[in-house]
Amino acid sequence: MAHDHDHPHEHDHRQGHNQPHRHPARPDQDDTITQWRAMEIAVRELLIDKGILSAEDVRRQVEEMDNRTPLQGARVVARAWTDPEYKKLLLSDGNAACEALGMEGGPYKLVVVENTEQVHNVIVCTLCSCYPRWLLGLPPDWYKSRNYRSRAINEPREVLREFATAVPDQVTVRVHDSTADMRYLVLPKRPAGTEGWSEEKLAALVTRDSMIGVAFAQNP
Amino acid sequence: MPMAAAEGISPRFRTGDRVAVRAAYPIGHVRTPYYIRGKHGVIERLCGAYGNPEELAYARPGLPKQPLYRVRFLQREVWAAYEGNPADTVDVEVFQHWLEPY
Repeated sequence: MAHDHDHPHEHDHRQGHNQPHRHPARPDQDDTITQWRAMEIAVRELLIDKGILSAEDVRRQVEEMDNRTPLQGARVVARAWTDPEYKKLLLSDGNAACEALGMEGGPYKLVVVENTEQVHNVIVCTLCSCYPRWLLGLPPDWYKSRNYRSRAINEPREVLREFATAVPDQVTVRVHDSTADMRYLVLPKRPAGTEGWSEEKLAALVTRDSMIGVAFAQNP
Repeated sequence: MPMAAAEGISPRFRTGDRVAVRAAYPIGHVRTPYYIRGKHGVIERLCGAYGNPEELAYARPGLPKQPLYRVRFLQREVWAAYEGNPADTVDVEVFQHWLEPY
């Protein structure tokens, strides 16, 4: 309801609601049927009507998707930090390395890029939001923003500074644009002072952002 | 790679080859970013063979599969005003039909 503010509010309670209101309620975004929402509903209902999927299948997939978290990726990284043979496998065949830990191999080929003293890797998908969801869960909103997608590619060092990630000038920055059928994971550098740590303890230092490459793994 | 060969399109390039990205601007669903069109890079690796997204996007089969490469470009060659380390790079996945020997 349009609501002028140039009159006192006290008199305007004739319409059956008792709460004083100062501003019109903001419309709920989920009330807006955009073209893509209408398309999703139509396709989902057709698939269910035709018996190709059940509503339960859809619900379960959404739940599984929401339950994936960067903890999976952190396990992979922590194992690679403690087991040189595993690290070799991870860098040569990322999907097989996921399966070796009893996790899903993933629907896309996984390319793992290693941060070293000489090289710092950063992942972006300039076209949309490609992301190794089976290892990291859903991508953060900033990863899908036009700002990140355009600037990570042509001023990555400035973007890294904004993430409070100081990569020294002499270290090569490699940006990886996920434009087609590969998905990328950064293997961050193992923080100093973690010698002899267990995998579980190490995994707690491996953040989502460090596996995208916009941050380092946490220091102990 | 046998995977690509089996589908009828053999890979033309090997890791380390210098390539140019076609400076073409077709209408439609294209995965080759504008910023590398007409630029020169080096094959980082052959990724395998994948359905052509320019066809798949319109519900066509996307066959034969196209060899897909990761191509490495120097940032200072892609962006004239690039200010970082001159050795900084950007790696992009590019389908073979967008690449020419250079």
